[in-house]
Amino acid sequence: MRTSKLLLTVAHRLAILAYIVVALFPLFWLLKVSVTPNDLLYSEGVRMWPSRATFEHYTFVIAHSAFPTFFKNSLIVAGSTAIAVTILASLAGYALSRFNFRAKYWIVALMLITQMFPLVMLVAPIFKMLSPLGLTNSLTGLVIVYTAFNVPFATFLMQSFFDGIPKDLEEAAMIDGATQFIAFRQIILPLTLPGIAATLGFVFTAAWSELLFALMLISGNDAATFPVGLLTFVSKFSVDFGQMMAAGILALIPACLFFLLIQRYLVQGLTAGAVKG
Amino acid sequence: MASIDIQSIRKSFGTFPVLHGVDLTIRDGEFIVLVGPSGCGKSTLLRMIAGLEGVTSGDIRIDGKRVNDLAPKDRDIAMVFQSYALYPHMSVADNMSYSLRLRRTAKEKIASAVGNAASKLGLDPLLERRPRALSGGQRQRVAMGRAIVRQPKAFLFDEPLSNLDARLREQMRAEIKKLHADLRATSIYVTHDQIEAMTLADRIVAMHAGVVQQVGTPLDLYDRPANLFVAGFIGSPGMNFFEGLYVVSGEKAELRLANGTVLPVGKRAGIESGSVATLGIRPEHVTLNDQGALEADVDLIEPTGFGIIMHVTLHDGPLKIFTLDRSMLNPGPKVRVDLPLERLHLFGSDGNRVD
Amino acid sequence: MTIAAHPHAAKPLRKRIADASEPYLYSAPALILIITVMLVPLVLGISYAFRDIQLLNPFSGGFIGLDHFRTLSEDQAFFRALRNTLWWTGASVFLQFFFGLILALLLDKPFAGRGLAQALVFLPWAVPSFLAGLNWAWLFNPVIGPLPHWMYALGIMDAPNNILSDPHLAMWGPIVANVWWGIPFFAITLLAALQAIPRDLYEAASIDGAGPVQRFLSITLPFLAPTIAITILLRTVWISNFADLIVVMTNGGPADRTQIVASYIFTQAFKRLDFGYASAIALVLLVLLLAYSMLIVVLRQTLLNKG
Repeated sequence: MRTSKLLLTVAHRLAILAYIVVALFPLFWLLKVSVTPNDLLYSEGVRMWPSRATFEHYTFVIAHSAFPTFFKNSLIVAGSTAIAVTILASLAGYALSRFNFRAKYWIVALMLITQMFPLVMLVAPIFKMLSPLGLTNSLTGLVIVYTAFNVPFATFLMQSFFDGIPKDLEEAAMIDGATQFIAFRQIILPLTLPGIAATLGFVFTAAWSELLFALMLISGNDAATFPVGLLTFVSKFSVDFGQMMAAGILALIPACLFFLLIQRYLVQGLTAGAVKG
Repeated sequence: MASIDIQSIRKSFGTFPVLHGVDLTIRDGEFIVLVGPSGCGKSTLLRMIAGLEGVTSGDIRIDGKRVNDLAPKDRDIAMVFQSYALYPHMSVADNMSYSLRLRRTAKEKIASAVGNAASKLGLDPLLERRPRALSGGQRQRVAMGRAIVRQPKAFLFDEPLSNLDARLREQMRAEIKKLHADLRATSIYVTHDQIEAMTLADRIVAMHAGVVQQVGTPLDLYDRPANLFVAGFIGSPGMNFFEGLYVVSGEKAELRLANGTVLPVGKRAGIESGSVATLGIRPEHVTLNDQGALEADVDLIEPTGFGIIMHVTLHDGPLKIFTLDRSMLNPGPKVRVDLPLERLHLFGSDGNRVD
Repeated sequence: MTIAAHPHAAKPLRKRIADASEPYLYSAPALILIITVMLVPLVLGISYAFRDIQLLNPFSGGFIGLDHFRTLSEDQAFFRALRNTLWWTGASVFLQFFFGLILALLLDKPFAGRGLAQALVFLPWAVPSFLAGLNWAWLFNPVIGPLPHWMYALGIMDAPNNILSDPHLAMWGPIVANVWWGIPFFAITLLAALQAIPRDLYEAASIDGAGPVQRFLSITLPFLAPTIAITILLRTVWISNFADLIVVMTNGGPADRTQIVASYIFTQAFKRLDFGYASAIALVLLVLLLAYSMLIVVLRQTLLNKG
């Protein structure tokens, strides 16, 4: 009995370990190649760590490529999208969580539908719509599109966080002399900080990663976001693996940082949603 | 301070009616307790007075002013919630001063109001703490403090003690009573606990199924329950009931039970001979007596420490007796009891009291 | 004058309008954005399917009826893409679900360092999809990646070649990347559902003498079933629309062996700038996915009714 329990525990830990290894190995390889000097790249192909590590690829990418521009563009796009989505989704999520109104059912249905249809379908029409407005090849255009794409899910996410906050608190505030909007701003929003963090992080990562619309709407380096820039980089310097991977690692950093900061809250938010429905 | 006037208030959620026309006048400084089982509409009524629920029809007036369409913030009332509803991200002092800050009261005034309330409730050492770091009783006190700092026209309490353990509830109950004696503020208190209702109220409003059953002082409700519901609801252990036919013979009247037993009852004016009626007697009013007129089989003995609750069978019907006589811990298989005439309550077939 | 005569009636009306409009004020900004940036283009996209819209051709734009659909019905590349989509979606969803469920069950047990383990195994989810695609493309590349060499050493492959350039194996490249990237999503959703199962049910079952396998079959699985059903439905739709990995890793090649409908639409719109034809394909995909969703919903309903 005792030994079988021990064996089970060992098997459980080993399985977890296997998952961790599989999850991290590709990222580790990215890191490994990015610090391998060019002359060792082929001779030490499958070694786990190069006999000599270097940061020369990083310095090249930062100093001699358009990488800093891509990075800045992506940061602007992902950051603005995250902020805009979080504001809109907080308001809409609050309405869905706290009010009973006639159009609620239709709003929920509309938002669900947007989660179902293929976004590729919108590529052509959105290009056609944005182009006369001068919003193609512009970061603003990307922010608008990304914000719209991410609002529905973020609204549901925020709603599940609002649902977790007792209604008593607003009622107490309203009796204390607040309007519903002041109660929302001063009492409910501060209590939803984990939800806001989760939404910010989720949307930031999504906008940071988006590829198809960026490819379609952006041409040229000036407004290119990271995915677009990196792909051009790949097709242009397809043999400079060290540099590409260094760029990849740099692209990974903001997304992963955000994720590690918010993953606890994100699971919490999804849990709240799952418990509910 | 203010009077509150409620005139034929109705409330429906969708098509589902929860209040069927409630009339109630609450005098300035009065402590009113709304009591009834869950779902009777007492909380809904309270929330309508607060402005948290809309009014389907009827009028609510505070100090003569119709408030039906006023937002909660404009009614100048304070409310203590069952969950306390303390703002978790604010310190105790900030919780208490929030209403004053919303009204842009001067800083010094806020400080003195919070200070006064805190010292009244013994909250001084806790002012900088967050609600999370407080015990249940302390949170309850903060909730009360938040209500009293701004000296509103009326206090509303929505089952404020339900989340406390029995000992603390007793203690807070006394504190609320003291506080009311001190502030003389118009108060409406919702509870399902009849002890709270009896001990706190100037007047009790007993409610059932969206209808007010009786309004009166606690002793009114205890001594002269207006109907079967109030009779059964007030008092613990609950009143005993026997259903039968009310028959008058000469100067005497009696109740004939289905099993043939005849129980003498006093003659009443409001009921005709031969009609169905229900007899009620409180367990503490049943007397144990070796020469008693009725014989009962003992089923169960429940010592409460203070007294003894005896469950007996009287002519096929269950009867509860409350006695302080310790010898009744071992009463033997049978006891003899009396149902004193002056302690009997009689209710007609419509459930209403007849005298 | 009438209004002045009824001061009481006027105020409630204004208040009633203010009250009723409050939820709409909160949701309006989000709604307006969704309608203009998603719903209007959707309708436009549907109309494009019946028009000749080529970005570089100023004379295009005319209404051409069902011409695109006629072309489509003879487009072998489209039908190949359809078959590839089935294969891509089926394999990805199944493997993501399978490994995601195991991971969720592993993480549901409390153990020291669970928080850290959870953060690490969920990390792939945070990797931008294009980067995940590049990353795996590099791993499969024998020049810098270890995978071909390992597979060769294990005897799975005859020579350390890049599977992405082998027409018979190429689809496995994006599928592996997709599974790696998508396991966390399933694991998080299922973990959330697992943690919502009341613990005392397991205790009661143990006391009643149920072993671990019986407990899994009689408690865990029935409780998870609704979450599993809805997650698989949503993921199936999502993955069949998900072209990033394929665009990055193979761009549909070699010889269109990895072209799925979504990437085919993108190629038509992006490379050929034939928006009309791209929209027609997108409309067909939309109809197919709707039919699939309806089918699942109806199936579920009949199963529920039977049970």
